[in-house]
Amino acid sequence: MLNPDLKLNTKLFDESIEKETIRKGFGDGLVIAADQNKNVVGLCADLNESTYMNLFAKKYPERFVQVGVAEQNLVTVASGMAAMGKIPFASSYAVFSPGRNWEQIRTTIALNDQPVKIVGSHAGISVGPDGGTHEALEDIALMRVLPNMIVLSPCDAIEAKKVTIEASKINKPVYIRLAREKTPIIATIDTPFEIGKAQIFFAPPMTAQVGIIATGPLVYNAIIAAQNFAEKGISVKVLNISSVRPLDFEAIINLAKEAGAIVSVEDHQVVGGLGSAVAEVLVQNYPVPMELIGVHDKYGESGTASELIEHYGMDIPNIEKAVERVLQRKK
Amino acid sequence: MLQLTDEKIIWMEEKARDIRVSVVEMLVEARSGHSAGALGMADIFTALYFFILKHDPTNPTWAERDRLILSNGHICPVYYATLAHSGYFKLEELKTLRKFGSRLQGHPDRRFLPFIETSSGPLGSGLSQAVGMCLADKIDYGKHSGKQFYCLMSDGELDEGNTWEGVMLGSKEKLKNLTVRKDRNNIQQEGHTEDIMPLEPLKQKWEAFNWHVQTIDGHNLKEIVEAVGQAQAILDKPSVIITNTIPGKGVSFMEGKYEWHGKAPSKEEGGKAVAELRSLII
Repeated sequence: MLNPDLKLNTKLFDESIEKETIRKGFGDGLVIAADQNKNVVGLCADLNESTYMNLFAKKYPERFVQVGVAEQNLVTVASGMAAMGKIPFASSYAVFSPGRNWEQIRTTIALNDQPVKIVGSHAGISVGPDGGTHEALEDIALMRVLPNMIVLSPCDAIEAKKVTIEASKINKPVYIRLAREKTPIIATIDTPFEIGKAQIFFAPPMTAQVGIIATGPLVYNAIIAAQNFAEKGISVKVLNISSVRPLDFEAIINLAKEAGAIVSVEDHQVVGGLGSAVAEVLVQNYPVPMELIGVHDKYGESGTASELIEHYGMDIPNIEKAVERVLQRKK
Repeated sequence: MLQLTDEKIIWMEEKARDIRVSVVEMLVEARSGHSAGALGMADIFTALYFFILKHDPTNPTWAERDRLILSNGHICPVYYATLAHSGYFKLEELKTLRKFGSRLQGHPDRRFLPFIETSSGPLGSGLSQAVGMCLADKIDYGKHSGKQFYCLMSDGELDEGNTWEGVMLGSKEKLKNLTVRKDRNNIQQEGHTEDIMPLEPLKQKWEAFNWHVQTIDGHNLKEIVEAVGQAQAILDKPSVIITNTIPGKGVSFMEGKYEWHGKAPSKEEGGKAVAELRSLII
């Protein structure tokens, strides 16, 4: 019941599903973007390997700038390069960029409307053992509040690659959110991707009773939960939001109209993140009962990614419970 | 660069006086804004726009222009006044400073004045942008670039960590076409720099970061111009010109007083200031 039009990974429900890190998809995509356009440049704050900027830096050393552990410098230097016609990709951990350098991003990139691509890796609780100091749970909120900024949150390595290539072609500031852990490959190279368009990834062949709106690698958990409901004869559709801003209002409203109940899913604070963004759309256009899956007003901690996803209530059983709750509220 | 003649110096001194008058008139009209730094930097701006910079007021986005990045955006009255006196827009527009609908925003804003290099006001991020611009140019043209990159900075923004991040990268990348004009006027918003956050020994600090350092009198046009020539003769590192200026220069009741950092003169004070400036014999 994967949407056949999107040519998604047919092995999605296999135990042996292929996994890859979303950040690797970024690294591969950046090399392609750089092959296509000589104005693409890369900057990094001493996290070349972790963010896979090293793939670009190795191939194009003359277009790479190592700024050291200095995230404010990272984005302001990138802004200056963009002012001279470059397309800078500036990578670090999301907790530092856009965490530490938000005002510099606001003034020199977003307000100036410079086409800098801010790449925040290790976003979400799934960072794991590094603990709460390193788990960025606020980055979507920080970036989606900025006028001019485009916020992209790919669901897997393949989408991350496409996101990166498309980001290089758009003359706007962009934030790209990446995760650390290897996560299931959901899309294929043939899956279409367009900034600003949300896509129904999973759709049982009957009218939806609940719509799940998800972003990032948790889209996989959402699809598995929806599949489990399908086996019980309950129709749950899954909408993948890879573009948090601009947000596809039409797709969200249409799903709410069809299902009459929505669950949002994100590895981020529910305050200010995707759940808030969806709620803003619905409350103004088509209010329906809604449950928000994500981190609720807490900081993270050390553990494995799966332990933390479960502990903070973003695993498959918790998504299923949210679907059941919202189904009850519909009645 | 052209030869600086005595006639040209006198002509520029008159121009700097006119710019100071404009600054005072703008601030009186706006009823708020930053007086001291703006008046203190009038000679530097005059030298830049009327002698040093390669620029074209009839083609503000000319690709080959030198880049001037004003990091301490709060002194924008002198920036706007100099742009107007250079022919970028009419002098009358200066009266719109800080008013609704004006292109001359309280701090420089590229949404309203698209030909300026950046928006600024939040302190400490201008140098890094200048470093980025110079780096991008270096990637494209290597040693053969015909452009110079000038960043104007204040005392107060040396308190910002972002500034020193840019300082480190500038020397690491050996940006020979980058020159910082460090306005050393010893004041900031709430007092003297050495009371708020000591900057000395300032020269040694920049030298320790591997910059070429000069210290000059920021009201001596000859020194201002010659220092640029010196800076451009250095081929393996960026340059900083520590430019000693008197805040409020030209208006006796403002000179040296930090209280005038973030304040505009009243109509009466403005009248006195303009009269004093006009009475200057050049």
